[in-house]
Amino acid sequence: MSLQQDVDLLRNIPLFAKIEPSKLKLLAFTAQRLSFGEGDVICEQGDEGDSAYIIIDGEADVIVATDAGPVTVATLKKNDFLGETAILCDVPRTATVQARTDLETLMISKDLFFQLVSQFPSMSIEIMRELARRVERTTAQLREAVSHSSGHAVTRR
Amino acid sequence: MDRTIYGFVFRFSKREQVFILLFTVLSLPFYYVSLDIPKLIVNNILNEVTVEYSSGSVSAGVDVAPRSFVLLGYELFDLHRLWLLALYSGLFLLLVLINGGFKYFINVYKGRLGERMLRRLRYQLYSRILRFPLPHFRRVSAGELIPMITQEVEPLGGFIGDALALPMYQGGLLITALIFIFMQDFWMGLASISLYPVQGWIIPKLQKRVNLLGKERVREVRKLSERIAETVHSAEEMHANGMARWELAEFTQRMGRIFEIRFDIYNKKFFIKFLNSILAQMTPFFFYAIGGYFVITGDLSLGGLVAVLTAYKDLPPPWKELLNHYQIQADAGIKYDQVVAQFATPGMRDDNIVFGDAEVPRLEGKLAAVNLKYEEDGDLLIENLTADIPLASHVAVVGDATSGKGHLALVLARLLDSTGGTLRFGDRDASQLGEAATGKQIGFVGATSHLFSARLIDNLLYGIRQKPQAPREAESDAKRRALARYIDEAGKTGNSLDDPDADWIDMESLGIADREALIEAVRHALAIADMENDVYLLGLRGTLDPEARPDAARRLLEARHMLQKRLSEKAYSGLVESFDRSAYNLNATVGENLLFGTPVGDAFDLDQLPQNAYVMEILGKAGLVEDLLSIGHEVAQTMVELFAGLPPDHEYFAQFSFISLDDLPDYQAILRKVERDGLDKLEEADRMKLLALPFKLSPARHRLGLIDEAFQARILEARKAFAENLPEKLRSAVEFFDVDRYNAASSLQDNILFGKLVYGRAQAQSKVGELMSQVIETLNLRSAVVEVGLDFEVGIGGARLSPAQRQKASIARAVLKHPAILILSEATASLDGSSQSTILRNVREEFAGRALIWVMHRPSQARGFDRVLVMANGRLVERGTFDELVEKGSLMNELIAAE
Repeated sequence: MSLQQDVDLLRNIPLFAKIEPSKLKLLAFTAQRLSFGEGDVICEQGDEGDSAYIIIDGEADVIVATDAGPVTVATLKKNDFLGETAILCDVPRTATVQARTDLETLMISKDLFFQLVSQFPSMSIEIMRELARRVERTTAQLREAVSHSSGHAVTRR
Repeated sequence: MDRTIYGFVFRFSKREQVFILLFTVLSLPFYYVSLDIPKLIVNNILNEVTVEYSSGSVSAGVDVAPRSFVLLGYELFDLHRLWLLALYSGLFLLLVLINGGFKYFINVYKGRLGERMLRRLRYQLYSRILRFPLPHFRRVSAGELIPMITQEVEPLGGFIGDALALPMYQGGLLITALIFIFMQDFWMGLASISLYPVQGWIIPKLQKRVNLLGKERVREVRKLSERIAETVHSAEEMHANGMARWELAEFTQRMGRIFEIRFDIYNKKFFIKFLNSILAQMTPFFFYAIGGYFVITGDLSLGGLVAVLTAYKDLPPPWKELLNHYQIQADAGIKYDQVVAQFATPGMRDDNIVFGDAEVPRLEGKLAAVNLKYEEDGDLLIENLTADIPLASHVAVVGDATSGKGHLALVLARLLDSTGGTLRFGDRDASQLGEAATGKQIGFVGATSHLFSARLIDNLLYGIRQKPQAPREAESDAKRRALARYIDEAGKTGNSLDDPDADWIDMESLGIADREALIEAVRHALAIADMENDVYLLGLRGTLDPEARPDAARRLLEARHMLQKRLSEKAYSGLVESFDRSAYNLNATVGENLLFGTPVGDAFDLDQLPQNAYVMEILGKAGLVEDLLSIGHEVAQTMVELFAGLPPDHEYFAQFSFISLDDLPDYQAILRKVERDGLDKLEEADRMKLLALPFKLSPARHRLGLIDEAFQARILEARKAFAENLPEKLRSAVEFFDVDRYNAASSLQDNILFGKLVYGRAQAQSKVGELMSQVIETLNLRSAVVEVGLDFEVGIGGARLSPAQRQKASIARAVLKHPAILILSEATASLDGSSQSTILRNVREEFAGRALIWVMHRPSQARGFDRVLVMANGRLVERGTFDELVEKGSLMNELIAAE
């Protein structure tokens, strides 16, 4: 795993596609490679969050605690971004993420993340696009849930 | 203390002064004779030669007729003229030796006397500091006291040695010489002292003014040192308020004042010198004029004139010394008065109370205060307080900041002397209890505490070292004699006869017998103060000398092996890369891989490896230098590429870069040179700069892809060569990693881990830390680790510990000494909430059946105490149980509401 490999990896992630190579290298150098074993928890719902992760290899489950117990709401794969909500809007982690397989990630600290976003507008647009996609996906799931549930009214907060 | 310096001198050195005096008197006859001899030589032997020459009737031979040997006016026997000359000269030489011997002996004797008296004076002053009433320390600063005891009294030692001896000796010399001169000729004598009255009158007047200025200078310098001490203490405030400029201005002003004074002193001092030398030159003028006249008229022999001139040569030094002594005496007297006045503080504690060693049986019964009063600077801080506290109960004292509760705690702890009323512990009057008793039986912790610059354990045991328990074990007769000499000399000056290196730890008072039990007691006290874990962590980071504690080292090795085994379990796999002599450690730097050990001292400092000649020799032999150079070049290129565009204050420089911001331009220049001329044309200094870089490189961490397997293999060869060829004198500069050997230079945790945490494994640190704790627990090693933690040097004022740790340490110190009464005055106020409640619970449990008086900073914590005292404006206004007081809707309620 050399720095150059990391740079290549990052370049293939849509979020970083338009960042100039030298900055990408700095990102790769300062970001920390972090590997998790199967079943390790990457972040816990409700905890303070100060870093985001990019999955380089492996898969992870996004689990939300509900009244009916933990529910897996999504599975993240290679090149997916996780943990960005907590550092973007300073709220506690909104979900628990657990490694489904052995997991390789690149950890980006809050400071580094904000620096990148403010330096590269293209990255902000990429993030917006990703967030919009998630809202759209969540809405679709909600619709589905509503149509499946009988008698339970779903109220919007 | 004696009011004047002469009082002090006579009280403590009467015998020695008399001895010096006797000796001085004894030396004078010899001196007199030595003055007489030149005259005898001239008159009896040479005089006639001169006459013969002058009469022009020199015979072919020399007149060798026998002359009589005259001494002190007595004709003793006749002798050949030349032999007589030889005898006189020999006698003169002998007298010179005798006089020199007297001088030497007297000087040494009084030098020693002066040092002893100085030592005594310092001891007395210091012991006064120990007797100062506590409030006095708010008025006097360390910066003032220190120079007084150290520098200011220094000249007094010299003076004391001379106090009588100098005027006696020099006066004796002067008088002897004068008598001699008067014996030769009355008028000559008169001439030689004619100017003394003038000198004796005017010089002291001038000198007095110089002395006054000198004193002012001392005062100013004292203030200056106080000011510097203040700056040291208030560095934080100074910077926080950006006051450096004002501080400089203020300092400059003080220096200006000192300069003015000094300049004035120089003016006057050199004028005195000028006057003195002028006056001294006047007298020979009289001699030549008057003496010459008498010789011509025949009233005085030529030999007489020569002898007078010789004697006169000896006059000015003693006279000067006498004048000088007079000045020093005046100065020393005033200095003594000044210093002693500073140390004569009203309300000073009695000698017996502070230094006495009267102990009392364990205090029991009840603490009874009747009309207790405490007044400070005219403010009545505690007013007519009457209370009974059974010495087996727990009492909480609450009140606001002006309630006097803090002062009450200090009075009850016998740290402040009450100014009225009585305080009794059981059947004993508290004011009669010495500190030997209260120090043992009363524990006190205030809101802030001080630790001494020593090991943590020394600080914790500070409360159980009131007196030496067993004498030091001397290893040899010579050492035993040296100790006896030391004690004997201390006794001669009224100093302490205790040996500070003896064993002072009073284990008996804790009811324990050996060191192991002591460590357990310390751990228990630390646990009560919620600090055991802190010390455990300090211990893990500390080091241990395997020779001093072979058993602990052996068990730590056991822990290492157990940890190694456990690390192979699936849950921990891949978290640690262990040290292996035959494998390159990817999580260690190149330097660590090469050394494969812990550096001891500076020789193999990991940041400076390329500067070490032996390292370079090994690398040269392994053919690695060029590789390292080219890797260094690539690292430099990457770093410059990555970091050159960043703003200069960016945190990444500190966090990630191999090259500091300051060095970046240097490396940019080096890179340009390499591009132009190639790597091999670089100058030595630049080569070294590039060479320094790869040593910090670790493949797992930096992922620069520069350390390939071939390179690793060659580093391994170099590692082997490094260890095998290590010269004898460098052998102690590195402690190699050896799986079966305890590494004295590494910390405990590094010894147990014996490897590197794998970089980039999530939670590796906490998982491995947890595993390590388990291993330590399983092998029962925790106590040994804590013991190492106890050896931690806490730094000046405990600065290497956090404020919370310092506070906890002093609570542990008070708990450890097992007092009959523990008084805590807002002792936990600076700690976090959970520590506060833990300590409250632990201390109450520990002191069940003993007296606990807790001045609360939060009244709600008084819940559960046997009794609560509520204070306001120095008065005790409410008392009862917590529930009683709360129900009434009283002041207690207000205090809780205001919390």
